[in-house]
Amino acid sequence: MKATVVQFPGCNRDRDMIAAIAKIGGTAPQLAWHTDTELPDSDLIVLPGGFSHGDYLRAGAIAARAPVMDAVRAAADKGVRVLGVCNGFQMLTEAGLLPGSLMRNAGLTFVCKEVMLEAVNTDNMFTERYGKGEIIRCPVAHHDGNYFADEKTLKQVEGNGQVAFRYANGTNPNGSLNDIAGVFNAYGNVLGMMPHPENLIEPAHGGADGRRLFESVLGVLQRDAA
Amino acid sequence: MADKEFKARVTVTLKNGVLDPQGKAIEGALESLDFNGVSGVRQGKVFDVNLTASSEKAAEDTLGGMCEKLLANTVIEDYAVEIVG
Repeated sequence: MKATVVQFPGCNRDRDMIAAIAKIGGTAPQLAWHTDTELPDSDLIVLPGGFSHGDYLRAGAIAARAPVMDAVRAAADKGVRVLGVCNGFQMLTEAGLLPGSLMRNAGLTFVCKEVMLEAVNTDNMFTERYGKGEIIRCPVAHHDGNYFADEKTLKQVEGNGQVAFRYANGTNPNGSLNDIAGVFNAYGNVLGMMPHPENLIEPAHGGADGRRLFESVLGVLQRDAA
Repeated sequence: MADKEFKARVTVTLKNGVLDPQGKAIEGALESLDFNGVSGVRQGKVFDVNLTASSEKAAEDTLGGMCEKLLANTVIEDYAVEIVG
């Protein structure tokens, strides 16, 4: 299993992501820098959270045009799994690898809190260890997490089973359409989500509901390699 | 033919139908300042770009490319390019 975490200037959740992958997968991920034009051979590429390039222009906009993103796009096209969390999700929508866009939170304020998530589509390599419809806890910390897509795109996302997670029990923190917290691409090998599963993986975090996301995707990779 | 210098103004605005919470907040603030009769505020961005190009048309084409590739997110935003000098 080879995971690679891509780092950008202004990332601040990269360390947590690296720790989660190392702890749960048993192997520390490889690291790539935003100016790299090639990525190491990878089964999973992760774009972590933070404020790449200071959120200038639009959150994730400048990172989405970084040299490394051509390599990420090429890998995704070949079926390599790509996970974007928070700012990473924003990068993936800005890069056109995921449908829709993430706008300023409806309440206009930065939200840092715990929300409840419904695992909507669990027939997927990222979510297979959650029960369909299972409600889990997960922290969020963002200013631009308000998921928007035009009517036609939203219909496709809903119709194709591309909704991975929804905010549940009235905990939508940002005004996202249809309470969408995370989406897959049409093929299911790219996942973007605003909540931070890497920050809820062990009792010291106050819970471990995020752990199974990594167990799912890292377990799938280990099975593939065997 | 030598390239000429152009000054351009690029305006990026949210598409119709895209909720604009910042515009709404500004509208509310205007109301609280007793500016009556405001029926809508939409917030956008302005970019003043200086560039050289072989013609005005070439400058506009370049600016259009900038908008498509970076300045606007065409999922949610429209853009307009104007050569101002």
